[in-house]
Amino acid sequence: MNYIFRTNSHIFTEKYQKQGKDYPMSKITGAQAFIQCLQEEGVDTIFGFPGGVIIDLYDELANTSIKNLLVRHEQGAVHAADGYARASGKTGVALLTSGPGATNGVTGIATAYMDSIPLVVFTGQVPRALIGNDAFQEVDIVGITRPCTKHNYLVSDPEDLVPTIREAFYLASSGRPGPILVDLPKDVIGSLVDFPERQEIRMRTYQPNMEPHPGQIAKACQAFAQAQRPVFYVGGGVILSNASEELTELAEKTQIPVTMTLMGLGGFPGTNPLSTGMLGMHGSYASNMMVAKSDLLIAVGARFDDRITGRLDKFAPDAKVIHIDIDPTSISKNVEVDIPIVADCKQALTAMNAWFNSQQDIDMTALAEQYQPWRDQVNEWNDKHPLSYTEEGDIIKPQYVIETINRLTGGDAIISTEVGQNQMWAAQFYKFNKPRHWLSSGGLGTMGFGLPAAIGAKMAFPDATVIDIAGDGSIQMNIQELATAKQYNTPVKVAILNNNYLGMVRQWQELFYDKRYAGTVMEVTPDFVELAKAYGAAGLRAKTKSDVEPVIKEALAINDRVVIMDFAIKREECVFPMVPAGGATTEMLLV
Amino acid sequence: MKHTLSVLLQNKPGALSRVTGLFSGRGFNIESLCVAETLDPKVSCMTLVTKGNNAIIEQVTKQLHKLIDVIKVSDISDSEYVEREMVLIRVKAEAQTRAEVLRVIDIFRGKVVDVSPNSYAVEITGPESKIKAVIDLLRPIGIKEVIRTGTIAMARAPKK
Ligand SMILES: Cc1ncc(C[n+]2csc(CCOP(=O)(O)OP(=O)(O)O)c2C)c(N)n1
Ligand SMILES: [Mg+2]
Repeated sequence: MNYIFRTNSHIFTEKYQKQGKDYPMSKITGAQAFIQCLQEEGVDTIFGFPGGVIIDLYDELANTSIKNLLVRHEQGAVHAADGYARASGKTGVALLTSGPGATNGVTGIATAYMDSIPLVVFTGQVPRALIGNDAFQEVDIVGITRPCTKHNYLVSDPEDLVPTIREAFYLASSGRPGPILVDLPKDVIGSLVDFPERQEIRMRTYQPNMEPHPGQIAKACQAFAQAQRPVFYVGGGVILSNASEELTELAEKTQIPVTMTLMGLGGFPGTNPLSTGMLGMHGSYASNMMVAKSDLLIAVGARFDDRITGRLDKFAPDAKVIHIDIDPTSISKNVEVDIPIVADCKQALTAMNAWFNSQQDIDMTALAEQYQPWRDQVNEWNDKHPLSYTEEGDIIKPQYVIETINRLTGGDAIISTEVGQNQMWAAQFYKFNKPRHWLSSGGLGTMGFGLPAAIGAKMAFPDATVIDIAGDGSIQMNIQELATAKQYNTPVKVAILNNNYLGMVRQWQELFYDKRYAGTVMEVTPDFVELAKAYGAAGLRAKTKSDVEPVIKEALAINDRVVIMDFAIKREECVFPMVPAGGATTEMLLV
Repeated sequence: MKHTLSVLLQNKPGALSRVTGLFSGRGFNIESLCVAETLDPKVSCMTLVTKGNNAIIEQVTKQLHKLIDVIKVSDISDSEYVEREMVLIRVKAEAQTRAEVLRVIDIFRGKVVDVSPNSYAVEITGPESKIKAVIDLLRPIGIKEVIRTGTIAMARAPKK
């Protein structure tokens, strides 16, 4: 039995009146303070799921203009808040109950942590007196999420409530962003608290270094002149710091080719002639070759993770490395850095642009000229092995589906993805020209991310076309959120690249396990068209290549409902190029 | 290489567990760890002894610094420092070995802190090397129990 203490404001007022006392006007309940904090932060949308210990918060939320979406699973709430944050740049907010509500949110929190997404996740907790007693729906969520949050709090004194929430929002979005969890015991929510005036937050223990060191900027810029084979290697930090324009300016000024990580897509226009697309395990041939042969690698907001570097001793062995990153721990973690710049990417790139503008004696045309043979070489690699696939009559190739979506949306849609082959094909064949249009779980690789993230993005941009590129496996992990999308009228589109396999794992089995498809055949899959109907969505199916374009066109024309497109793709298609895990990035398996 | 880190951190619930969690989660090693309040009751000081090459120690230091509760991290083994550890040893002390035990702890300026018919508990303070030397000497006589505090350390004041 879920026993609920009623402690909201009306009860308090009544209690005080009954006792003949004046209601202490300056005090408000914790729940009211919570709402005021959200309003102070400009929160317009939150994603949550209620339970006994947070009824007071729901009770108060109902009286505000904050949109409060009831999801169908707490993982969905956190991913939706995450998608909202990735698309809008604002901090995402989720509200979960104690115990299972909180633990259900953990995958979402870890997903946001790995990709440095600003979130504040509130969890309810049992009343303070019961903490540690194995009370009903008690779990030490602060302990559980310690390693997957930027920071977290248990509010154990009601007077700490307001300062803690303010600090949580500050931490989430400043420096290297990340998820912050705030655990709220039920009796703290019900206590009377002060609402002190807001002051600028200054923390003795946390002062992210935003401004680049001018000496390091000069050193970095001077290295450009010595280089013959420079490359920009761009990661998610460029998106997070809104530095795309500054990056584009610097790349165009210097005419240096640009490659992006999965997280960096959209940080530089995918259709710009200087772009070679993505690098790493499923990166383009030209991207991996040019990084390997470069003599100056300018890493901007990227963290040299193993999916990018492959075998470390073969990764850019001849390159001098410049690394711009807000997080000092990223510097020289995997790859020795020659010129570190610990700073916000936007500020560092602005400073570099300014440096070049201020140097009268540097002839930018000559500099760009100096790299011409290098650009020719890069183009040659591009021409030799462009991203490609083989046509097979009327069989649907997944790459063709993505190309067609790209063409019909003009490269302007907000694309979220699930995880696996679907994600890689989307990354390779959709040409992102703008930042914050690509929402994908890069670091954690969380199946089930795409649909709730799409709903979050649609809440932030109701007029945008938002498409979740999905796999038949992943979509089933949070398919219940179709009901959320219907209830709150967020008509996202889901394009399922249906291969009836856990395709990416199957690909590894095909290539490295003699085609032993253990545990990767989806022997039972729902009829997604019928399933769409059950959720009040439109369901469309493409069985042959000639169905693809009409289906996408029809889907794009439907704006009053969610649309699910089920593409029966070539089942055994593989994602190429591929750098086998731990291999040198120059040794790619090609189409 | 052994490094002794001095870490100032907020004296808050969970702060210690953030530090130990960091070490276990990232596969860093902890040789010893000592923590207690400073003059400012809101701040604790932790002395942490760890092993690793320079790159690892640099990561350890930066990762510690990244924790929101951590105020300051210094690798005090970078320069001159004093380190101390205290150990309590219960050693067999029978008629024929008593004198020998007392002689040994006297050499190391230790103290007997508890006596029973057949054992002494002795207290010895010093750098890790001294503690090790005492244990090695007492071991043949018969050590029943050893409790060590772990190392605490302080940088030496700069000489003008
Ligand atoms: C939650 C979770 N469980 C397991 C995995 C491991 N995994 C990575 S890709 C993949 C297959 C995904 O299948 P599907 O969604 O059908 O995508 P496809 O690769 O077929 O396009 C699996 C199981 C994961 N990334 N996330
Ligand atoms: Mg599949």
